[in-house]
Amino acid sequence: MKRYLILEDGTTFAGQAFGDLTKEVSGEVVFNTGMTGYQEAITDPSYTNQLITFTYPLIGNYGIDQNRSQSLKATCTAVIVHQLAEQSFHYTSQENLDDFLKAQQIPGISGIDTRALTKHLRQHGTMTGILSNQAQVVNFTKATQQTLTEKEPAYQTKYYSTNTTKHHVVLIDFGVKQAIINNLLAHDCSVDVVPYTSDFATIANLNPDGILLSNGPADPTDYADSLPLIQQLQTHYPLAGICLGHQLFALANGATTYQLSYGHRGLNHPVKNLITGKTIMTSQNHGYAVAADSLATTPLQVTQIEGNDGSIEGLKHETLPAISVQYHPEANPGPSDGNLFFNQFNQLMTEGVLQHA
Amino acid sequence: MPKNHTIHKIVVIGSGPIIIGQAAEFDYAGSQACLSLKEEGYEVVLINSNPATIMTDDEIADKIYLEPLTLDSVSQILAKEKPDALLPTLGGQTGLNLAVELDDAGILDRYQIQLLGTSLKTIKQAEDREAFKELMQKLHQPVPESLTVHSITAAITFANSIHYPVIVRPAYTLGGTGGGIASNQADLAKIMQRGLTLSPVNECLVEKSIAGYKEIEYEVMRDNLGDKIVVCNMENMDPVGIHTGDSIVFAPSQTLTDQEYQTLRKASLQIIDALDIKGGCNVQLAQDPTSAQYYIIEVNPRVSRSSALASKATGYPIAKIAAKIAVGLNLSEIQNPVTKTTFAAFEPALDYVVAKIPRFPFDKFPDAERTLGTQMKATGEVMGIGITIEEALLKCVQSLEIDSNYQITLQPKEQPPHAELVQQLKHATDVRLFYLFSALQAGLAVTEIHALTQIDLFFLTKLDHIYQLQQTLKIKPTATAIGQAKQFGLSNQMIAAASGLTSTTIEQTLTKQSLKPVYKMVDTCAGEFASTTPYFYSTYFASENESKPLGNSVLVIGSGPIRIGQGIEFDYTTVHCVQSIQQNGYNAIIINNNPETVSTDFSISDKLYFEPLTLESVMNVVKLEQPLGVIVQFGGQTAINLTKDLVSNGVKILGTSLKGIEQTENRKQFEQLLQSLAIKQPAGATATDLATAKKIAQQIGYPVMVRPSFVLGGRAMAIVQDEQALTGYLKRALTVAPGQPILIDHYIKGIECEVDILSDGKQVFIPGIMEHLEGSGVHSGDSIAVYPPQRLSASQQATIVATAIKIGEQVHCVGMMNIQFIAADQLYVIEVNPRASRTVPFMSKVTHQHLAKIATSLILGKTLADLHLQPGLGKTPGMVAVKAPVFSFMKLPAMKTTLSPEMKSTGETIGQGKTYQQALTKALLDSYHFRPTTTAKIVLLDTSFQSDSILKKQLLAKKMTPILVSQLPVAGWQTMAPTKLDSLTTADVAFVGACNADATTTDPLVYYALSHNLSLFTAKDTITAVTNLIEH
Repeated sequence: MKRYLILEDGTTFAGQAFGDLTKEVSGEVVFNTGMTGYQEAITDPSYTNQLITFTYPLIGNYGIDQNRSQSLKATCTAVIVHQLAEQSFHYTSQENLDDFLKAQQIPGISGIDTRALTKHLRQHGTMTGILSNQAQVVNFTKATQQTLTEKEPAYQTKYYSTNTTKHHVVLIDFGVKQAIINNLLAHDCSVDVVPYTSDFATIANLNPDGILLSNGPADPTDYADSLPLIQQLQTHYPLAGICLGHQLFALANGATTYQLSYGHRGLNHPVKNLITGKTIMTSQNHGYAVAADSLATTPLQVTQIEGNDGSIEGLKHETLPAISVQYHPEANPGPSDGNLFFNQFNQLMTEGVLQHA
Repeated sequence: MPKNHTIHKIVVIGSGPIIIGQAAEFDYAGSQACLSLKEEGYEVVLINSNPATIMTDDEIADKIYLEPLTLDSVSQILAKEKPDALLPTLGGQTGLNLAVELDDAGILDRYQIQLLGTSLKTIKQAEDREAFKELMQKLHQPVPESLTVHSITAAITFANSIHYPVIVRPAYTLGGTGGGIASNQADLAKIMQRGLTLSPVNECLVEKSIAGYKEIEYEVMRDNLGDKIVVCNMENMDPVGIHTGDSIVFAPSQTLTDQEYQTLRKASLQIIDALDIKGGCNVQLAQDPTSAQYYIIEVNPRVSRSSALASKATGYPIAKIAAKIAVGLNLSEIQNPVTKTTFAAFEPALDYVVAKIPRFPFDKFPDAERTLGTQMKATGEVMGIGITIEEALLKCVQSLEIDSNYQITLQPKEQPPHAELVQQLKHATDVRLFYLFSALQAGLAVTEIHALTQIDLFFLTKLDHIYQLQQTLKIKPTATAIGQAKQFGLSNQMIAAASGLTSTTIEQTLTKQSLKPVYKMVDTCAGEFASTTPYFYSTYFASENESKPLGNSVLVIGSGPIRIGQGIEFDYTTVHCVQSIQQNGYNAIIINNNPETVSTDFSISDKLYFEPLTLESVMNVVKLEQPLGVIVQFGGQTAINLTKDLVSNGVKILGTSLKGIEQTENRKQFEQLLQSLAIKQPAGATATDLATAKKIAQQIGYPVMVRPSFVLGGRAMAIVQDEQALTGYLKRALTVAPGQPILIDHYIKGIECEVDILSDGKQVFIPGIMEHLEGSGVHSGDSIAVYPPQRLSASQQATIVATAIKIGEQVHCVGMMNIQFIAADQLYVIEVNPRASRTVPFMSKVTHQHLAKIATSLILGKTLADLHLQPGLGKTPGMVAVKAPVFSFMKLPAMKTTLSPEMKSTGETIGQGKTYQQALTKALLDSYHFRPTTTAKIVLLDTSFQSDSILKKQLLAKKMTPILVSQLPVAGWQTMAPTKLDSLTTADVAFVGACNADATTTDPLVYYALSHNLSLFTAKDTITAVTNLIEH
């Protein structure tokens, strides 16, 4: 079955339909350069309402294993691949990617020149696209309005315990990846996940040793209502932010954010630690970044930058026990070189507990 | 960290002559590294005994020593040069071993030479199995149960405790030499015996076999700060059990989940951290296909064949970056030479698939053992880039230059019986890929094939897809089916074979559908950053073409995979041709498919197309680029063979015309040419069947030399003494080249010699005459070549020059040609190759003239006068140079060893001196381990010498003790039974001579020599020459 990806500038790619075969959808088209980890990306709530293009041409090779999913439900809009693996033989595979997407009601398109699409997005910036079974749309704006998905991550209210609890973390869920929770557990933290709409009292009642602001989708400035909460939380508890959580931490302290031309989405982003001078490889997935020139008047210090474009990758508060990273230290997918972040957060909580004692 | 300013002069050690397991990849790595060091302002001194290398060109280093790679020789150079530092990690195992020797001998300390890059401690820790195992255990990294042993009994005891099968890995050997998998005690004893003797420290590791696991490699880099990256990971299609150099490999890994990928990545990085690697490193791992269990197999703390492949697969220049790290720079401050907008501290992302298939020498060595195992046997490899597994793999198949039936139908000519098929699948040989297709043809399910081969179902399903595409073409060759087949990489020839359609029909169908390939850039970053790398591959599975025609360009056809008869020399000439095109003011475009070489470094040419060297691929590039012309003289026979078809497709060939080429290559025309010039050639004629052959042989008289026409390296060439031998030979030759005429010549005994000529179409320049030490009957590529001639009389030389000029003028040679002669009662011409030959690098180095560059200028329209070259013979230098062949007998059990018209050598080494004796001595130092001053007295000879009283006398005169190794006593000789060889002390043996016509590496004397690393000579003339060298 034919299917078309039509971009807002009229560029059209014709390919084959897979996944959900009936839906016509639209949204922001982005690209991910990871050569593995398609399932983790598809189920990452940060991709909510986005059409994900995979630049690696063979996607689905090792199938789907529920244990790898980063959220209960995939909330991306569509999946764009060059060649879809029809079968998977990996011993952990429970179903193939096509069946998984069908069950998740997510449409996909295969057989298109994903490199040409990627280069187009790189040159012209991220743009809106419609995935349709029709080759043409009469009125792009109208068609977009009708088909724009407005999904939300499945926010959790859930307690996760470990046998070796040293600290108790309240995780503010903006669309958290399961791997963040798993990493906290692996670092001896029990975790209370609460939706980002929770108020300070609810959180305080959980007696946290520290607060973690999760990753999540969309423009950080959409979350203006959450900034006062963050301001309040950081003065009471050690705090850490990841990805969107990092951007919100910056906004709450007076910085501004901007949209990157085509984002950072991949598993190979170098991040340089300004204190040690060392560079690590990180997993990234963000379309917005903290504006460096907005930091001068804030109490924030830059701790890490991206090796290629110099954009801000890590911040710390000058006086409060609060740190954040733009990349994904929890990996899944991607390298876990940044895993030290969880130790640093633990360190802050240990010092915090000592203060309170 | 800033660059190291405490050092100024750096010595780089090259890897020496090409042998199996250590090939052209080190020329690529070495040249990159030297240039990279020069770029940083260091004075670079290079030592390498292999003249057929780009790294030994004057532009690459400030000073070049074409000297033996032995402790003595290198120590002398270090004493003279007094460098501040030595970089050994780019010269393969040879470089590493020499560094260890220099350190052990205290040379580095004496001259206060700093070792750059990864430390010797690390090298020893990674290479010493026991030390490595201890380190892995400390890091909690799993390694298969193993034990280091020094005796066969210890190996057997341990194997019994961990159960068979077990793998034997000898310590400190090349390419896994001497190792193997043993399934029982008898096998183990045999492998251990070989392993212990080959290991310089008499040490082997016996290890639990994890055959069947997925074999995964990570190419990693680490800098002085401890920052580390993975450049590329690769997955072998052939599971653990077959040496990775002999495996079909894909990059990146295809069947690993992100968790598995990251677990193995993390393990690799943890290991290089613990080893404190500074530079490039290769980590080999095994992943259980049915659980999360993995094992570390081994670590190579240096650049390697795999790192060359990874560099070409990703565009990330590992050796270049490794050299910068060695002088103190760090990844985050080195620019990424591909994007030029980002830094070297990142991990390349691929948006294509890379496949590699090894090229094996069994077409030339039909007697050698073809079964693959842990000991590498391939001489070269090809790489294919595509969007799908199918496309990448089929590009490799098209590039292999093997039996065309395999390349076109993907199957053996005849469907094997079931039992043979099962054997072929279970015990992999060089052609297993084609038996996999055969199995599909026979109706075996992929699951059955998986059970027999343990190849992952992912890959088998892809092969099945290719097979299904062929079946669709067979049943219903519609335009859609053809389009589908193109999308997945089937060549027009493959489509023709499957469908029965003519190539014209197929081409018309493609034109009608406007189906043509697009070219995509290799940019290290999957399109994420703007790049301008001039490095492209074709695909039919995409829409946007990224390669914009350069204009004002000349296209150069490369020489493809390295094989016996067409080695690194042809990559050398290809690179020089490209450089000369650029110097002459044109854009140089290259097409080639060999990932190991310098020519496929994208920074060499103005544009690189990494493509099969087939008419179809070349024509697609020609159609896009519209070059001014195509040069075919420097890519060996690969390029020459394409000439006719290119011309008939309207392509302009630059240099000697097709007519000129055919005058020298077509038997009849060649005869006419020589007759018209009154030049003698050995009497001969052509036959296409046995009866005619017998008649011809009778007419011209035995012995006769027989060979198929249009072949390189004397493939299937032989001297036969009588009719019975002729019959046996022809049966085989006719299967190697069916339908091709067989040439039968009278065999003339005399001095073989050759010249390379350069001509502008009018006048001819001859840089020099090379005289072969061995008589005619030994392939020119296996002969020791001496320049200038030592035995040819002045008048013989004058005749050679006059004859060469006549031929050059008559065929209007423009560029280069190679002419081979026999000087006997008269001068005979035996062969003319209308192209650059394997002697070009050697002659270029010893005459200090870039012959291939000069030839390219001539091809582009310059005259000899323009280049200030006097027609006629070039000046003879006041020195002597010797080029000696180097063999890889150790790697190829059961191959024939006695030199014959069929070429056997894999590489060459140079010796230069004031006298012939000095030059020959130097040439025999590193690869033959022969020293004229040896105190050893024993010379072991096989029974082919039993009536050679001259040699015996000669040896006795040198106070040597010749011993004839023979089962039975021979009158007049001291004899020794082959079974008694082990009673000898190897230090007492000066050299071994073995020239029995049928001797193979399994012959007891040959085996004894090889397994004890003794000097082994396998041609009588060589042995006479060597004996004359002995100083007593």
